[in-house]
Amino acid sequence: MSEFEADGESRRGFLKCMTWAGTGLVWTLAGGVPASIGLEAAAATRKTAPFSFVQVSDSHIGFAKPFNPDARATYREAIAKIAAMPVKPDFIIHTGDVSQLSKDDQFDDADQIIKSAGVTVFHVPGEHDVLDDGQGKAFLDRYGKGTKGAGWYSFNHSGVHFVALVNVVNLKAGGLGSLGADQLAWLKDDLAAHGPSTPIVVFAHIPLWALYPDWGWGTDESAQALALLKRFGSVTVLNGHIHQVQQKVEGHVAFYTARSTAFPQPAPGTPGASPGPMAVPADKLRSVLGVREISFVARGQTLPLVDQTLA
Amino acid sequence: MSRLRLAACAAAIATLGFGAIGAALAAAPGATAIDIDNFTFSPPTITVAAGTTVKWTNDDDIPHTVRAVDGSFHSKAMDTADSYAFTFTKPGVYSYFCSLHPKMVGKVVVK
Repeated sequence: MSEFEADGESRRGFLKCMTWAGTGLVWTLAGGVPASIGLEAAAATRKTAPFSFVQVSDSHIGFAKPFNPDARATYREAIAKIAAMPVKPDFIIHTGDVSQLSKDDQFDDADQIIKSAGVTVFHVPGEHDVLDDGQGKAFLDRYGKGTKGAGWYSFNHSGVHFVALVNVVNLKAGGLGSLGADQLAWLKDDLAAHGPSTPIVVFAHIPLWALYPDWGWGTDESAQALALLKRFGSVTVLNGHIHQVQQKVEGHVAFYTARSTAFPQPAPGTPGASPGPMAVPADKLRSVLGVREISFVARGQTLPLVDQTLA
Repeated sequence: MSRLRLAACAAAIATLGFGAIGAALAAAPGATAIDIDNFTFSPPTITVAAGTTVKWTNDDDIPHTVRAVDGSFHSKAMDTADSYAFTFTKPGVYSYFCSLHPKMVGKVVVK
């Protein structure tokens, strides 16, 4: 993992994101860094070239219902999209629910498929990935090398600090996603090593904002986590779990949820609906599944976050 | 969505709603089957005599679990159509939830 090791925290970064859903531009954000520095100076302090990475989520390998009889097939299509990207991403982050039921063959198949993208993959578990008798041991044995606690960790890449959080274990009756005191303490220490101009990317399965608590779409201690992130000039939060693109900006923090590669879920609060799979006609399925590409480049250039559907 | 389609959906939802109320009434004290449907334990509270076996069945398209708040019983993940049964031998109030979707809560009252 040497290419993802620590680098200079003082480098001035700048992140600007744009999201397309399908073919239409729906939203843009300029996540500001309160620093005045020229493009050349920014480039000079940069240790590596601008880069991109990809977010995939909720592959649910093992899911098989009439409207998507094999989530492996749609996952293969998603990974093929990544392999065909004109600029090869530096890595992929998978924001959880790799499997449907935490079974070894489901993880095996998922690994086999994502391997074809030919880049490093970083994982965090979804609630479907901790269903084994060891409540997540199978996931950690496979993906958790070098992680802490239930599988949280961080790494640096080209001046950006990435933080992987786990909010799907030890959930409490009536509650939401949960980070727990140990993880929050670790997060505090982890962030303390970084200056406010370091761009931060946080990823976790369940949304880290109160997206729709009635359906469990939020995290109990998100306010505490966000308080720790407040002093940073650019924070991007990437989540899965809800199988659709939603976004929100709060100060310098931009939150995004991603599409699934297996099945869609209803819009939050849809009357009569529940936060489970939403059947769609076969010819519409691929228009509601997808992957996301995120790019970081120097200030003044286009720095897009693009959601691509499988259609 | 067209107005006609909305009206049809509203009618369907209303029908479903009444169906659920009917099922809940039919499953008054003594019921031993709990249905998991639309992210809901139904009925959410049942009252049974000590020694009764209660059986949960998942009718959703997504896995669920049954986990006692006090840890006294818990199921494995139940896929669609899977069941889990537990025999309550001691009187008391047993609160439980789905450990994947903790907003789903229920209660078994054992007399």
